[in-house]
Amino acid sequence: MPDDTAVSIHQLSKSFDDVEVLRDVSLEVAPGEVVTILGASGSGKSTLLRCINWLEQPDRGSIHIAGQRIGVDDAGKRMNARALARVRAQTGMVFQSFNLWPHLNVLHNITEAPVHVMGKSKGEAQTHARELLDKVGLSDKAQAYPGTLSGGQKQRVAIARALAMQPEVMLFDEPTSALDPELVGEVLTVIKDLSAEGYTMVIVTHEMSFARAVSDQVVFLDKGLIIEKAAPATFFDTPSTQRVRDFLKNHH
Amino acid sequence: MSNWDILWQARDEFWTGFLNTMQIFGLSITAAFVIGCFMLYLLEGRPSVGKLSLRVFIDGMRMLPFLMLAYLLYYGLPTLGVRLDAWWAGVGALAVYHGCYFAEIFRGSRLVFPQGQIEAAQAHGFTRARMFVRLILPQIVMQTRPLIGNQLIYALKDTAFLVIITVRELTAAANSLSGTYFIPTEAFLVVIGFYWAVSIAMEIIIKQCGRFGARRGLDHA
Repeated sequence: MPDDTAVSIHQLSKSFDDVEVLRDVSLEVAPGEVVTILGASGSGKSTLLRCINWLEQPDRGSIHIAGQRIGVDDAGKRMNARALARVRAQTGMVFQSFNLWPHLNVLHNITEAPVHVMGKSKGEAQTHARELLDKVGLSDKAQAYPGTLSGGQKQRVAIARALAMQPEVMLFDEPTSALDPELVGEVLTVIKDLSAEGYTMVIVTHEMSFARAVSDQVVFLDKGLIIEKAAPATFFDTPSTQRVRDFLKNHH
Repeated sequence: MSNWDILWQARDEFWTGFLNTMQIFGLSITAAFVIGCFMLYLLEGRPSVGKLSLRVFIDGMRMLPFLMLAYLLYYGLPTLGVRLDAWWAGVGALAVYHGCYFAEIFRGSRLVFPQGQIEAAQAHGFTRARMFVRLILPQIVMQTRPLIGNQLIYALKDTAFLVIITVRELTAAANSLSGTYFIPTEAFLVVIGFYWAVSIAMEIIIKQCGRFGARRGLDHA
């Protein structure tokens, strides 16, 4: 398996009961690359993203993160919990519904995993956390509790929290779908800044103009199959399938 | 000499009984809390035979009158060759019995714990134990504090049952004075006052903890 990819997905399949949500999906993400996954709801795009850090377990196929296989060990057996946690720690995930830990203030949300998973010292983790809060424009909210923040602020904290793991890849699962329209922009701006800084990202989104602006590669899923994979200009201007043309018509 | 004068002269007996009650209560409720947390952890994850047995044990305890458990530990265990001191039998019975109640209180809250927070923890590389201690348990304890307060009062009152296995606690003091001088009303009124005072103090403390939670935006998260 190529070691120079950030994420390498090989012939992934997954069913829920008897519905096939992913069918032989393969995808490679190079370091520094931004890949957006588009598709109608139920097309399998969130499932694909959640397989990357093993929140969903695929039935067949393999996933490597920075050359390391997730979920299955070298002997081909299911990974033990500790080993799985170690690989997962190399991915950063941002959820649609933020999923901050409400009993911890913003700073502690961000330092929690670096200190208690990676074993960083508190001081080091807090210094890094403050830099990240600065990056997402929330340096004044370090002591605030999540319950007092707006949706856009919560999502920016969630992004900082994921970045604090210094992950090989950032995974975004519809990061703006739960936000009021006027709060979408502030989150998308942060993600765009990250792409400019060279972060590797896989993003599931419904924001078409954002996908066009931020992506190096656009992947379109339909009924669990990748039916288009192209540079954004090609994908949006000259899609090769009727399915994508129809989809884009409905989203403009 | 009025009945109240008699009781005043016997104040040392009340005080000794009260201290004994508070020791039993403090020790057993702390142990019960730890047992409840530990049981909740054991119930984490996919169903298994072990977890099912634990649930049956918890339910069995909850459905057992506390008096029976105290009897069994003190009078029943010796037939199996285990003889417990009355004081320790009482503490043990209270700890296990209320530990099961705590487990059930926490379990109810755990059932509605947001799955998204768990997924976030998994995605950030948390293992099950660390996630439980750092993220799940603190929130569950904060959320269930009214029920915890209720359970504290319940457990305090259950210490009174220990008089029947010869523990010299508060109710035993009242019992012995009322027997000696035949002044049951006054003696028991004094004891009720003690139980009320401690209960009210606990309720106030739990309320203060609630304010602490509200300041952190937890109650309207």
